[in-house]
Amino acid sequence: MTQSKTITKSGIDIIKIRADFPILSKKINGKPLIYFDNGATAQKPKLVIDAIDYYYKNQNANVHRGVHTLSQEITVAYENARATIQKHINALHAHEIVFTKGTTDSINLVASSFGKKFISEGDEVLVSAMEHHSNILPWQQVCEEKGAILKVIPINENGELIVSEYKRLLTNKTKIVAIAHISNTLGTINNIEELIALAHVKNIPVLVDGAQAIPHTPVNVQLLSADFYVFSGHKVFGPTGVGILYGKEKWLNELPPYQVGGGTIKTVTFEKTEYADLPLKFEAGTPHIEGGIGLAAAIDYINEIGLKNIAAYEHELLVHATQALEKIAGVKIIGKAKEKASVISFVVDGLHPFDLGTILDQLGIAVRTGHHCTQPLMNFYSIPGTIRASFAFYNTKEEIDVFIEGLQRAITMLR
Amino acid sequence: MNIEEIENEIIEEFEVFEDWMGKYEYLIDLGKSLPLIEEKYKTEDKLIKGCQSQVWMNSELQDGKVIYTADSDAIITKGMVALMVRVLSNHTPDEIINSKLDFVEKIGLTKHLSPTRSNGLVSMIKQMKLDAITYKEFKS
Repeated sequence: MTQSKTITKSGIDIIKIRADFPILSKKINGKPLIYFDNGATAQKPKLVIDAIDYYYKNQNANVHRGVHTLSQEITVAYENARATIQKHINALHAHEIVFTKGTTDSINLVASSFGKKFISEGDEVLVSAMEHHSNILPWQQVCEEKGAILKVIPINENGELIVSEYKRLLTNKTKIVAIAHISNTLGTINNIEELIALAHVKNIPVLVDGAQAIPHTPVNVQLLSADFYVFSGHKVFGPTGVGILYGKEKWLNELPPYQVGGGTIKTVTFEKTEYADLPLKFEAGTPHIEGGIGLAAAIDYINEIGLKNIAAYEHELLVHATQALEKIAGVKIIGKAKEKASVISFVVDGLHPFDLGTILDQLGIAVRTGHHCTQPLMNFYSIPGTIRASFAFYNTKEEIDVFIEGLQRAITMLR
Repeated sequence: MNIEEIENEIIEEFEVFEDWMGKYEYLIDLGKSLPLIEEKYKTEDKLIKGCQSQVWMNSELQDGKVIYTADSDAIITKGMVALMVRVLSNHTPDEIINSKLDFVEKIGLTKHLSPTRSNGLVSMIKQMKLDAITYKEFKS
């Protein structure tokens, strides 16, 4: 990377931050890596890698089971990790934080358990047109099983939800609303607070897919009054294979267990099982212990930098990239919401995203190309896919300039 | 020319390129050449879906030799497709089934065959060979 000013306007010490991420000094195809695929997964700071390394060298034992010292110590560490996440999203109770495998797993859990108890024939589940497949398919499946109907909140050409339509779709048949906080493809920041409030007027619970929001913006689940809020560890600079389901205590108590097995019980006989209290009721089997530990380390790390600083800096990157892209002939940005996170999807007239992505890769620039697991959204815009650049706080304006230059070069080659 | 000779010819062609730019420009030129498949074959049953780019492929047996035509919506994929057709088309099923297709590695484009690329190319080669097997069994 070319030299940056050390401290940005937003108070981000970019040189220091970049040094925290070992992978950023890697070369790809002989070029310095420019990693703009943060929407798919984020890179890990050394601190997270060290926490996992430390766990296996010094702390490894099973949690919630043993009386021996190691087991007790790791149980405390694991529960501290839960508390870190509770505090980070301002949940009322630590037991409202359930460790899962990730966002997809969290949504499957809620869809399955909620569906089992609360969804029946003729009921409706409401999702939006900009959802990731992970927030469509679990609901689609439950609806098919139960004979319920999946309804879709439409969006406008800018990629914003049409709130008047949403209001119209909230009926006494609606059992739950499942909606993204930030769109992974368009970058649209939905006004979740308003959407939740509107659903609550009709006593309809709301699940928020926060996978794209947690790395970029402060989230306060009590303020939002979200019934369920789910996210992944790996998108917030933590390990893969771990994620979070936040649920209001009253809902989590109401839902039947999703998977059952070791760790989820109080007493078991062959006739009857009494399940454990929250959150263990939902955590069958030995959990992803180093995942929880690593995720808490990642959360501590971003809090040290400050999510407000992060959001402000990433907005600078978004504006810089948007202005530069708009100057290139034939580029069309997909998703022009007023409130937007640092995600830019675009297409180039007459060129296939795959070809552009392939050339950019040769230049060491990692972007995502394709449908981004949002095929219904691609159908809405009548495009096969987009090129998506998604930024994190370790990216720089200089990297964006190199990317723009690379894109222009790719366009020239392909035309 | 047999399959191996065509492969060697392609390897020689690619030797002149000093860096990736030249190779890709050549692939893009190949991709830009006329459509390789008749429009009537660009149908759902001829479509090999990749996650990102798609490939259409048709095969016919003529005088004991398999004739392939194919196309793609992405130009670099289409360039690779053109190379595959050039190598495999107009050979007997046995020759096609036994071909190793080492040339892809030798011209430094192996990553287009990695499953993560999801460009339909791996599936296309598989389909080309499956078609050859079908023709062979049909004949015997």
